Amino acid sequence: MGIKVSVFVDKENKKIKVDLSKDSSVADLLESLKINPVTVIVSRNNELILEDEKLNNNDEIKVLSVISGG
Amino acid sequence: MQIKPSCCAEKPVISLTAGEKLCKNHFIQYFESKVFKTIRQFELLEKEENIGVAVSGGKDSLTVLSILKKLSVENPKIKISAIAIDEGIAGYRDKSLETAKEFCEKNDVALHVFSYKEEFGLTLDEMLKILNVKPCSICGVFRRYLLNKKSRELKFTKLVTGHNLDDECQSIVMNQFRNDMAASARLGPRAGLIDDKLFIPRIKPLYLCTEKEVTTYAFINKLLDNFNECPNAVHSHRAQVRDMLNDFEQKNSGTKYSIVNSFLETLPSLREKYKNAVIKVCSRCHEPSSNDVCSACNYVEKLRLSVRV
Repeated sequence: MGIKVSVFVDKENKKIKVDLSKDSSVADLLESLKINPVTVIVSRNNELILEDEKLNNNDEIKVLSVISGG
Repeated sequence: MQIKPSCCAEKPVISLTAGEKLCKNHFIQYFESKVFKTIRQFELLEKEENIGVAVSGGKDSLTVLSILKKLSVENPKIKISAIAIDEGIAGYRDKSLETAKEFCEKNDVALHVFSYKEEFGLTLDEMLKILNVKPCSICGVFRRYLLNKKSRELKFTKLVTGHNLDDECQSIVMNQFRNDMAASARLGPRAGLIDDKLFIPRIKPLYLCTEKEVTTYAFINKLLDNFNECPNAVHSHRAQVRDMLNDFEQKNSGTKYSIVNSFLETLPSLREKYKNAVIKVCSRCHEPSSNDVCSACNYVEKLRLSVRV
């Protein structure tokens, strides 16, 4: 059975639900969203998590762009 | 793939380019040490300075301001102020300037704000309705002009910018693509080619910090505001080069460091080649210029003529 996570992508200012297979990691999530990991940092419960971190069902994730605005 | 060990038992917050994972406290230590080492290595600061930090309200400028403020508290002979330029980009600069003002108030830093509207009579948005030019070109000319002029009037000894390793890497590659080595000769942690009293030296203490490191530091220290991208930047040449470099970096970790480090090796010979560039004084505004009339005055004239027509 898979998992469902809630993801806020700040660059697009949108919140989406993503279905992933069990034991999926942050890297899997970014790949499914077609986001280059070099260009973002990722947080869960306001704590930074790395690409190899496993995700859990109903996690609330923020994907924050590292790109400068100007 | 070789898994590198973490620094300690604490949860890591970043995986560095070389693969090492650092926890929050070790990362802060690593990041601040790297900034101070950059300042020492490239002799960016003297023992006594009156520094102006160019702030936009974005993560880079607030990070460098925050670290230099710490330095100034420890070294009272290093004085710190902030300088901001309000280009007049509705929905973008107004928000980020608010963030800059809040930070400066909270951290007891004097902030000097200058606007295109007051200095040139029009906001950038208004200028772009009149002239058919690349937004980043005209904006860059006016911003550099005002930052240098106002920094000199405010008697700053150095102007600090929040440029990071990614910014520099993009500029190096953009100059290669345009075959503009004279522009590359003006890059580096201490920017500019010529020491002249009309130019306030511009320094980049975040020169060796990646954009991801700066964002991580800003996140941990609550300096990261909501994402806010300049509406004019999206389709710029810089954005294309940035995306290309990030693709390379993802596939070949360390690409950006390699580009900047190899550039630093060639920089002394580039500077030697272009050291005889002549600096004139603009016949209209008396600011430094490479031509008889500076680029800012040229744009002002074009705007004036277009409005009249």
